[in-house]
Amino acid sequence: MSMWEYANPKKFMGWTRPVLPWTFALAGICLVVGLIWGFFFTPDDFRQGSTVKIIYLHVPSALMAINAWIMMLVASLIWVVRRHHVSALAARAAAPVGVVFTLIALFTGGIWGQPMWGTYWAWDPRLTSFLILFLFYLGYIALWEAIEDPDTAADLTSVLCMVGSVFAILSRYAVLFWNQGLHQGASLSLDKEENISDVFWFPLLVCIAGFVLLFIALVLMRTRTEIRARRMRALEARARRA
Amino acid sequence: MIALLWRDLRLAIRAGGGFGLGLAFFLIVVVLVPFGVGPETALLSRIAPGILWVASLLAALLSLDRIFALDYEDGSLALLATSPLPMEGVAMTKALAHWITTGLPLTFAAPVLGFLLSLAPEAYFYLLLSLLIGTPALSMIGTFGAALTVGLRRGGLLLSLLVLPLYVPTLIFGAEAVRRGAEGLDPTGALMLMGGITAGCFALLPFATAATLRINLR
Repeated sequence: MSMWEYANPKKFMGWTRPVLPWTFALAGICLVVGLIWGFFFTPDDFRQGSTVKIIYLHVPSALMAINAWIMMLVASLIWVVRRHHVSALAARAAAPVGVVFTLIALFTGGIWGQPMWGTYWAWDPRLTSFLILFLFYLGYIALWEAIEDPDTAADLTSVLCMVGSVFAILSRYAVLFWNQGLHQGASLSLDKEENISDVFWFPLLVCIAGFVLLFIALVLMRTRTEIRARRMRALEARARRA
Repeated sequence: MIALLWRDLRLAIRAGGGFGLGLAFFLIVVVLVPFGVGPETALLSRIAPGILWVASLLAALLSLDRIFALDYEDGSLALLATSPLPMEGVAMTKALAHWITTGLPLTFAAPVLGFLLSLAPEAYFYLLLSLLIGTPALSMIGTFGAALTVGLRRGGLLLSLLVLPLYVPTLIFGAEAVRRGAEGLDPTGALMLMGGITAGCFALLPFATAATLRINLR
């Protein structure tokens, strides 16, 4: 029995039904513990004050925004190579979740940026590449919505996802090149994770685990919905023929 | 391949091909910008590289949906698919034809419009060079986008949504090269990186375009 057995739609529905509530529960526990620990039981940063606490939302969501795209890329590759329908549906299910994470990262970043940098938005390489990532997500979702035939849509969006990944990486480095010419980004691109102290680090880890679990739970749930929607469409088509 | 190229070029130049449309659009965008930001020469010459690049990008975008749509509707795309020429070759030829009918005229029109925006005199050479290197990439990426949306009823808007994010690296390097040229800095790095993007696009995107065309013709 190989791992691909689990990708059979019927088996997938079977094993996700018991797993899903547990994943949601674990995600909830991690998020509640991590956020309460982070918000109420860590000291204020000596320079940033209490604004440092937005890190518990900002960093995990930014992380997951990128990982969601990578997950979509892997799922698209599996669909192109092995033609597993569940894989294509999972890629479709992950996209809106990824968009929301990207938006959370952008908004929390802006809220943090206002007191710290004095501005909600700056054309910093990191912020800019996130905005571009957001645009890539939008295009991907729009293409899924626009095409009626599900297999064609899955194929075309997979190709778009692969090409888009290459260009997203290109844009990331192009943006770095572009901003160096404009101004010195040193004060803006503060690398938070390297010089963070353990007091902030452990609750952050719990929050990251919570966001990962939440992502998995949401994608599983949305994939189940997609499978049900497709079954319904098949039933309707059969009823029309009969 | 050459026969297909000639056919596309003839179709583009003759009735209703929209050959001059891109150029006219380019001119209008560039003329509108001073109305929007004011006629101060210093400001205009500072933003001129970016305006020229963004305008040429939009002008190239305008004619993208024509690349495959007409051939798809009258069935000649299906004929091309059964011809001995591989789909990758078709994709590349279409991109080349699009570049010759839009990118190349834009490249030569840009210095004239640069004059309108009082572009720094040192930058004209780099403007020409960067557009010459960069617009083929715009055409190739656009051909890929056109192949993605060819089967759709109203694909035009979606096409721009898909293609514009892909244009970001080319735009950054292109405008940066001209800006550096205008300020007397060395633009070779930006030009070479943009050349790399163009070469990479022509090496890889024909395969992706051919794959999407085959899917759409299924």
